[in-house]
Amino acid sequence: MPDLSKPYDVLVAGGGNAALCAAITARQHGASVLLVEHAPRAMRGGNSRHTRNLRAMHEAPMDVLTESYAEEEYWDDLKRVTGGNTDEHLARMTIRASSGVFGWMKQAGVQFQPSLTGTLNLSRTNAFFLGGGKALVNAYYLTAERIGVDILYDSEVVALPMRDGVVRQVEITHKGFPATIAARCVVAACGGFQANLDWMRQYWGDAVDNFVIRGTPFNRGRLLRNLLDQKVASVGDPTQCHAVALDARAPKFDGGITTRLDSVPYSIVVNRDAERFYDEGEDVWPKRYAIWGRLIAQQPGQIAYSVCDAKSVPLFMPSVYPAVVADNLGELAEKLGLDPVKLRATVARYNQAVRPGKFDNTKLDGSATEGLDPPKTNWARSIDTPPFTGYPLRPGITFTYLGVRVSERAQVLLEDGRPAANLYASGEIMAGNILGRGYLAGFGMTIGTVFGRIAGEEAARHARN
Amino acid sequence: MQETDALRDARHELEVCNACRYCEGFCAVFPAVNLRRAFSAGEVSYLANLCHGCRGCFYACQYAPPHEWGINVPRRLAQVRAQSYAEYAWPPALARAFERNGVVVAGAVAAGIALVLLLTVGFVPDAALYGAHAVVPGAFYRVIPLWAMQAVGLVTFLFSLLALGMGAARFWKDAGGRGKITLAAVAAALHDVATLKNLGGGGGGCNDNSERFSMRRRRLHHAMMYGFLLCFAATCVGFFYDSFLGWAAPYPFFSLPVLLGTIGGIGLLVGTFGLFAMKLVDDPMPAARELLGADVALLGLLFFAALTGLALLALRGTGAMGVALAVHLGVILALFVTLPYSKMVHGVYRGAALLRSAIEKRAGVG
Repeated sequence: MPDLSKPYDVLVAGGGNAALCAAITARQHGASVLLVEHAPRAMRGGNSRHTRNLRAMHEAPMDVLTESYAEEEYWDDLKRVTGGNTDEHLARMTIRASSGVFGWMKQAGVQFQPSLTGTLNLSRTNAFFLGGGKALVNAYYLTAERIGVDILYDSEVVALPMRDGVVRQVEITHKGFPATIAARCVVAACGGFQANLDWMRQYWGDAVDNFVIRGTPFNRGRLLRNLLDQKVASVGDPTQCHAVALDARAPKFDGGITTRLDSVPYSIVVNRDAERFYDEGEDVWPKRYAIWGRLIAQQPGQIAYSVCDAKSVPLFMPSVYPAVVADNLGELAEKLGLDPVKLRATVARYNQAVRPGKFDNTKLDGSATEGLDPPKTNWARSIDTPPFTGYPLRPGITFTYLGVRVSERAQVLLEDGRPAANLYASGEIMAGNILGRGYLAGFGMTIGTVFGRIAGEEAARHARN
Repeated sequence: MQETDALRDARHELEVCNACRYCEGFCAVFPAVNLRRAFSAGEVSYLANLCHGCRGCFYACQYAPPHEWGINVPRRLAQVRAQSYAEYAWPPALARAFERNGVVVAGAVAAGIALVLLLTVGFVPDAALYGAHAVVPGAFYRVIPLWAMQAVGLVTFLFSLLALGMGAARFWKDAGGRGKITLAAVAAALHDVATLKNLGGGGGGCNDNSERFSMRRRRLHHAMMYGFLLCFAATCVGFFYDSFLGWAAPYPFFSLPVLLGTIGGIGLLVGTFGLFAMKLVDDPMPAARELLGADVALLGLLFFAALTGLALLALRGTGAMGVALAVHLGVILALFVTLPYSKMVHGVYRGAALLRSAIEKRAGVG
């Protein structure tokens, strides 16, 4: 247990990738550092423990990254997914910095591996961590301990009382008991608020009771709320979150990557009334992956069912839960808890609307329905080959977009535009500055790493001056 | 392979792995998992024996305890591995030797020493057994005749080889279809055995008792394995000298068999002692209690084989030589007899699993 009566140069709120990068960097710059992690040791690491890669710019093959991924292409990708909801200066700065983080990461113990099976499409843009995000987090904690970062688990930073843009002290709970710590500088790196269902309820109503939170239950947004209540400038739409379609049997929290389901483009998706509600074949799955959470959240009971036949099963990655399988559609409906008559009717209507086409799962094949509302515009094939397969789906929340506005030096900005004197931010709590909408695989880890290091260095420098 | 609770648990966890795949870079198990969508009992057994127990996947697992799924792949696979040793034992009636393997192996050592000692005391005149011996050719045979050593050694060793071979054949068949055995695959498998690449955890080594990686287990296992092979080579050279060249043991210190045996013996002592000590400090979470008895028994057996061998070397010019020789040969007898009924079988199944993995890597699942 570290001595909490002495002042620290830098206190880092959070325990994931962004927090660790900030803590290690600040310590490397000579500051005394305390890292305050809400989770117990065994569940440390925030959402980073569920990640697997980092998106990095590179001009030529580099380490495990193939070919090249230059700044302009990276920026185009970001512009496309955010619909321009980004800050070009901060974004380009992050992109450029992403090519230079490898040496530092490796020195801090992170190991990389070639792109995983089934993710070859990412081998050019994303560097995978050997063993995934928890292994990365483990490596960073080992390094942090080795170089003398003090670590408090089971501890949440609950408030940073500020006066005139200066954080005066740090209020935490440690194993449930309140405590106050003095720190010259603070780095806020404690994620979004997606695990705070009461906060989410303000925007989504009681639908949140049917949401699945894909990551840590410890991202409660308590510090974010505290900062926004103190005239810190906010960024990002508070009502928005990244939501994907998950297997409905997923645990409420921390189900991570294995509960995702890629069956949608090769299925029809019906709601609890056994009715279709959106074009399942609108676009290739990676591009449509993240709209289905919202679509399902808007359906009654926030539940949907992906239904396909034996032809489609080999085409997608199964989720970790066994498929619901039946020899006929009526039986499948019963097993899924749907009205068999309605499901048969929906499938029959769909089958009649399917127009002959050349099915090709590797591209937009134009095999579509005709006279059906909503249509299925690609990969439409009759559902007629038993056994029939179904999966229940729920919205799975990955992260929220609301955050604090920051400068290029990771300083937290106040509503009047001035930077706070001794408060910095990194990771999901400020990612909305750059990723204001949409999603780009591995970009959250890039933002966390780049801004974590900037925040750590700036905080250490400021504290020691 | 029988469907058991342990096997079903392991299969379930492999299905979780298959939906995650983060650990693909650690070892040969996960690429082999990714080649499959379903896992027959024989395939689970194959994967269980392919696992070297480096624990990298346990510490990296986002679903490890206290996560509600409690995924613990190294433990589950070790539990299946323990059952597979009994499953493939030949003759099948002796599968029970794996039920309480620590007791069985320890009992065999005690019985081996007692038997050889009783026989020597009964048949060898006191003067030959307890008198001071000069280190001259044939000195050992005055205590235990060469024909007896060779006959017992050959019979037990050849039977054990047969039993190990039958076990390997049953294991191989159980894992199902596969591609062709190619020279490249054999070379790759031999390379993996010789380097223990899969105890490398993708570069950093194993996790012993924390997230920290270390090469300790790999190096100690190298000391033990190469120590064992050197000792075995010493035995073979000695056998060749005696049987074909007429050079009778004991041999001078600076002779091939004695040098091989001495270096090998020291390697065995270091390796077995170190691996035993690691068992005392390792995190027990990713290990299987079911294998602990067999693990410790084999480490003990090899340790005493080396210790008694080196003791014999030290005492061979004294009046204690006769007893030292009897004790050493008693331990070696137990080693030969229990080869197919001790944890020694892991080497055979692991090697076969590595060969299958090398074949799959080149050709996919058969």
